Amino acid sequence: MTAIDSHATPLADPHAPAHPPGGAGHGDGHLHSKYPFLAHHFESPAQQFDSGKLGMWIFLATEVLFFGALFALYAVMRFREPQVFAFASQYLDTIMGGVNTCVLILSSLTMALGVHFAQRSKTGPLLVCLILTFLGACGFLVIKYFEYTHKFHDNLKWGPAFYMPVAGEHGAAPAPHADTKLVEVPPASGTAAPEAVVSNVPSYKTPPVDASTIKAGSLGPIGITSPSTAGEAGEGTHGAAAGHGHGDVPHLYDPDLPVDTHQFFAIYYAMTGLHGIHVVIGMGLMVWLMVGTIRNRFNSNYYTPVDLVGLYWHIVDLIWIFLFPLFYLIS
Amino acid sequence: MTTLDATQGRLNIEASADNYLTHTRGVLSWILTLDHKRIGVMYLFAVLSSFFVGGVFALLVRTKLLWPDAVSWMTKEQYNQLFTLHGAVMVFLVIIPSIPAALGNFVLPIMLGAKDVAFPRLNLFSFWLWLAGAACVIASLLAGSFDTGWTFYTPYSTRTEFGGVVWVLTGVFILGFSSIFTGMNFIVTIHKLRPPGMTWFRMPLFLWAIYATALIQVLATPVLAITLSLLAIERMFHIGIFDPAMGGDPVLFQHFFWFYSHPAVYIMILPGMGIISEIIAVHSHRHIFGYRFIAFSSVAIAIFSFLVWGHHMFVSGQSSLMNTIFSAITFSVAIPSAIKVFNWLGTLYKGSISLTTPMLYGLSFLFLFTIGGLTGIHLGTLNVDIHLHDTYFVVAHFHYVMMGSALIAMIGGLHHWWPKMFGRMYSEFWGAIACGLVFVGFNVTFFTQFMLGSHGMPRRYYLYQPEYQIYHVISTLGAYTMAIGFFITAMYLIHSLFRGKLAPANPWGGRSLEWQCPSPPPHDNFPTTPRVGDCYDFSIVRWDEKEGGYIVDRTLDPELNPNAPKRSSH
Repeated sequence: MTAIDSHATPLADPHAPAHPPGGAGHGDGHLHSKYPFLAHHFESPAQQFDSGKLGMWIFLATEVLFFGALFALYAVMRFREPQVFAFASQYLDTIMGGVNTCVLILSSLTMALGVHFAQRSKTGPLLVCLILTFLGACGFLVIKYFEYTHKFHDNLKWGPAFYMPVAGEHGAAPAPHADTKLVEVPPASGTAAPEAVVSNVPSYKTPPVDASTIKAGSLGPIGITSPSTAGEAGEGTHGAAAGHGHGDVPHLYDPDLPVDTHQFFAIYYAMTGLHGIHVVIGMGLMVWLMVGTIRNRFNSNYYTPVDLVGLYWHIVDLIWIFLFPLFYLIS
Repeated sequence: MTTLDATQGRLNIEASADNYLTHTRGVLSWILTLDHKRIGVMYLFAVLSSFFVGGVFALLVRTKLLWPDAVSWMTKEQYNQLFTLHGAVMVFLVIIPSIPAALGNFVLPIMLGAKDVAFPRLNLFSFWLWLAGAACVIASLLAGSFDTGWTFYTPYSTRTEFGGVVWVLTGVFILGFSSIFTGMNFIVTIHKLRPPGMTWFRMPLFLWAIYATALIQVLATPVLAITLSLLAIERMFHIGIFDPAMGGDPVLFQHFFWFYSHPAVYIMILPGMGIISEIIAVHSHRHIFGYRFIAFSSVAIAIFSFLVWGHHMFVSGQSSLMNTIFSAITFSVAIPSAIKVFNWLGTLYKGSISLTTPMLYGLSFLFLFTIGGLTGIHLGTLNVDIHLHDTYFVVAHFHYVMMGSALIAMIGGLHHWWPKMFGRMYSEFWGAIACGLVFVGFNVTFFTQFMLGSHGMPRRYYLYQPEYQIYHVISTLGAYTMAIGFFITAMYLIHSLFRGKLAPANPWGGRSLEWQCPSPPPHDNFPTTPRVGDCYDFSIVRWDEKEGGYIVDRTLDPELNPNAPKRSSH
């Protein structure tokens, strides 16, 4: 904040009163002609800047609650079936996730530098920073794309699709636009589809670490057991319900897989997908800022948009910093 | 002092020649307006239209219940869709935006002494979002409607064969963001745009109520948004999070849903309480009793609202410990609510009450809210709730709160600020008649349902045992009476727009800032930054014949004029 105080003179300008003296007519008239960016209903640039900032913080609070509900969902699900989460987490690529974490943190750094340059009216460096941040976001999404593609290829999906056989190796490209495949999963086929396909496929989805090396005792009360055992141990919770929910079809023929592993992937895709949408929105905002920078809209008097987008970008980064350990580092 | 007060009188009529309604012309000047007053008026029109639609649904539902076998033109599926639509439209399209977005948008900046809300563009955007949300709800009708009830409980909502579920979820999601942006705007406006002298404890109580509401809107709505997204994903992709057959948990949905939707109940009622604080004080011409208690009780209700969601789920298999805790916290909500009611009664006591139409609605609110609130205690009591759960008792209770309180307050507020919004007076005679019909009709409709519910009639059923019929007939007749009351209201309000007599700046004797600018207000609200005083000190408000209304007479203010006559203590 010292940067603001020392460089953004008008914001801290003692001659720009927050409120004109009462009854003095349009006491703010000269301020509005001096600062063309000053909206008519604000009395001073400082008031406008503070309002924008408070508004952004409130919006970030809604973002936190938006993801907070998902984190709560995660907590409930993991508390109920810790062994599922510990087991399924092995399927995630920690290297890629780690690289992505670094990419996002670096892009947060370039964003912060961008704000710093905007406060000093340095348009060139600001543009460079914005482009670097944008590239960081692109890099994050590209890596994420490879992660998703790989999982789709292995049928590491949500719901009944999780139990479909893995496509043959010769099938090469596992549907470049995996999204089109999602839509094909018919909502009502949940119980029927797995039965049909699963029956003659002996095994699929080998975890990176042999599942049997995970000690059942370390994975919670149910442990990694066959669905039937889980059903008995599940003490009437949905573990048991799920064991019979798909008719007579076990969840997986691999007896080492805990039941309900698909639930992990459901919440994995929900949370990382929502985060990805936020990254895409952030990229749009970067482009908007770049256009503004090229048009010379930002200077030490007026850099509110850069500052606010910076705040947004930091929270997107922060959410990932929570997502990464919660999904990738729990096995 | 060149304050607004000195400009009262003839000047106002000339000033009002250029008001916000005539400032610019053309449809585009409305659709693209950034003026909070115009956005408020557009919201008002949109909300009242939805209220009409939701009301028609309600009448159809009541008609079916009149004689289920005879009303054969409505199938049981249509009945299910109609009560679902009635609930969804009334909650998401009408009550939640009605007071904050429609009346609040219009009044809040003027009451505060600001020129506009903090983010006018965002304000307009949230109105467009409202329209988009409403469009999605209409699209859901075309896509096959939905019959889940407004609560969308899983697993039924993921399985019902009616195709409109995802559409309506999208619509509610969008409406949620409309509500969030309105709330954000109001919080920032109240924090940052108060003029000199407008301290927190000089703010009219309506602003405190709107502030508390905005806090809930901002903090609770995102949870609903994500919950409904998950439900939509569940329905489209079958991810299994809420599906017991897939190892998911349908009760989890209820927790998430009520974590928003219970606070949402207070999003609906808190601004109504704010309006009542204004109406009671202004129309009994007496300083509000216990200002700080009313202000803080709004905030207390907002905080409690996040801690009681479990009382909707007493029979869903929660542990009895949780049930007990939720029940206890639910009782505690009665404290701030009762504080408000006692303070309003204290304000009325020895006031010089004008029985104007807004005041009639205000008094109706006191009566109806007390019944609605006290029956809430019945339902918060564990063992009673087990008996009454999912019966008409619950239906009656929440209609007393949602409609008898929130909507009655909204209509009272509409009458209170109507002269300010449109510069016209309506017929007090017809106003009183309509209010009486609504009040009587409401009680006939819903008090009957308390009896129906305690006799065991379950909610949402279209068929019933013959012994319930007499209650259903009485209830339906009450609904028709109410409809006539609202019809008359619509008629005289529309009539007043064209033929009503011109309203003075201050027809009721209010003291807060909105009564000190012309009716209708000019584009910029205040030509000069207004001077703020105690907005409930009516001792310097006096009737002025020339003006045809009340004026705030500064010469009566002993602080400004040492020669002023000694005021009588209140």
